[in-house]
Amino acid sequence: MSKHTFRIWRGDSSSGEFVTYRTEVDEGMVVLDVLHRIQSEQAGDMALRWNCKAGKCGSCGMEVNGKPRLACMTRMNTYSDQEVITVQPMRTFPVIKDLVCDVSWNYEQNKKINPFRPSSAQSDGRYIMSQEDVDRVQEFRKCIECYLCQDVCHVLRDHKRQDVFVGPRFMIRAAGLEMHPLDTEDRIGMIRDELGSGYCNITRCCTDVCPENITITDNGIIPLKERVADRYYDPVIWLTTKISSAIKTTLKN
Amino acid sequence: MDNAQLFVITVVIITLITVGGGISLAIVLYKANSLMNKMKSVPAPDVIPEHGGHEAGLMETTRTDRWWFEPTWTGLGFLCFVIYANWAGFQGEHYWHGSYLSPFYSPVLFVDTVRVGAAPIEHAWFGLWPDWLRTIWPPFFPTSPAWLILAGPLAFRLTCYYYRKFYYRAYFLNPAACAVGAMPSNILLGPNSDQKYKGETALFLFQNLHRFTWYLAVVYIGLLSWDGFLSLWEGGKLFKGEFGIGVGSIILIINPLLLATYTFGCHSCRHLVGGRKNSFSGSIGARIRFSLWKKATWLNQRHMLCAWMSMIWVGFSDFYVRMCSMGIINDINTW
Repeated sequence: MSKHTFRIWRGDSSSGEFVTYRTEVDEGMVVLDVLHRIQSEQAGDMALRWNCKAGKCGSCGMEVNGKPRLACMTRMNTYSDQEVITVQPMRTFPVIKDLVCDVSWNYEQNKKINPFRPSSAQSDGRYIMSQEDVDRVQEFRKCIECYLCQDVCHVLRDHKRQDVFVGPRFMIRAAGLEMHPLDTEDRIGMIRDELGSGYCNITRCCTDVCPENITITDNGIIPLKERVADRYYDPVIWLTTKISSAIKTTLKN
Repeated sequence: MDNAQLFVITVVIITLITVGGGISLAIVLYKANSLMNKMKSVPAPDVIPEHGGHEAGLMETTRTDRWWFEPTWTGLGFLCFVIYANWAGFQGEHYWHGSYLSPFYSPVLFVDTVRVGAAPIEHAWFGLWPDWLRTIWPPFFPTSPAWLILAGPLAFRLTCYYYRKFYYRAYFLNPAACAVGAMPSNILLGPNSDQKYKGETALFLFQNLHRFTWYLAVVYIGLLSWDGFLSLWEGGKLFKGEFGIGVGSIILIINPLLLATYTFGCHSCRHLVGGRKNSFSGSIGARIRFSLWKKATWLNQRHMLCAWMSMIWVGFSDFYVRMCSMGIINDINTW
């Protein structure tokens, strides 16, 4: 058991300040455990969002020593007892109270993405998806919607371009749908124009903070950018696609 | 002053420039905010405390780790390479020794045989440096064949998804590190400008041409592999010179291999060989695509490592050939 100093931001949408707490930390504790101890012993009115305490619900996203993290997955033994641990709410979203943010903007972005649309011939549920096809899109389905990637994305965090870019979380949702072998919906135009794929500059912070270790940039966003390049910036692919579809149409007729 | 002395002096100057540049970069990254704030009696207009205790502004952060370390070493490392590559390209001489051709000069389109350590005339694709090229060539530039071909590899690396990550971080500070304040978009036009961040939708739209530079990079691997193969014949004369091997041959053979690990792990390559399809099952073609995609994915997961190793080895290959050509190193070989 050792004593640690926490500097926690307390306030609401109008004002706030850092408040310092000093508390005992037991072996095996995570940051969320310590916040609960502070809440029960020193700050009963401190607001924080949490649920599963197992890194699966994505509720306890916050910034610990400046890094977006899940409080329940941040072990206290990674900090020395001399270190002051700063805890803040996520920066990208408006604060409701203390460490709780209003993340409802994300739900609006989700609505922009056209849903899964299988072809009528394969919508009877009898298609057996091969394991290699499952593996590729399954990675994106691991997302727990903690929105740490949205928080760290500098397009949203620093440049405030919520008007043109939906953020990494929704790029990988689009990727999961777009790469599905049964899906017939064409989202490429939407990915460029409405989701804003061109605003991502590949600095990979979203991948760095993902608690589910989803390779957001390399497996999700970059393949989407390449598909956009196929459609809009590659005359060779454009010509090949036109010719092959013309041949297919001729053969069918 | 002989060539060896000239080389040593140049290396010292380059080292001083790069170390000086690196230290400056580190200072900029680590201390810029505090220095700026000390110089100003009032806070910078873009440093506005936000809710949650966060502050907006260039490199504002509450991170306590050494976040500045990675952009500093990558920025410095690449700067060293760029300075060396430019210096080597600027020389226009000592790029050939025995059967070894520096990768910075391959392929040799035209050769100026008057220059010391230039490739033999039979290794130039189009012969002697032509008069028409001399007339348009800037007088302060040496007649170096490197300038005719360096744009290809440079364009490939410039538009590479890995390099984009590192140079947006290290040089554009956009952002320098995760959860560290990014460069404000109105930095050039001032705080009153309504200039907004545009990412890769405006000036950097050319990044979408990465796949075309990849096609070029594949051609270069073929050319450099041929150079490695030719290096096994004395004088670079295929089937005419004596067959053998030297340290330089080994270096020039490793070079295209490392470049291949970087080139075939490229995101565009991964996309073109299979990633652009939605299904990897069913036909034989789909299974072949899956196999290629898996191999490209394996390399792609090591893309950063391959990028650095191949880049350093290209520089080292030039350095070795140059040293041999200048007589500073005696190449160990079977001839």
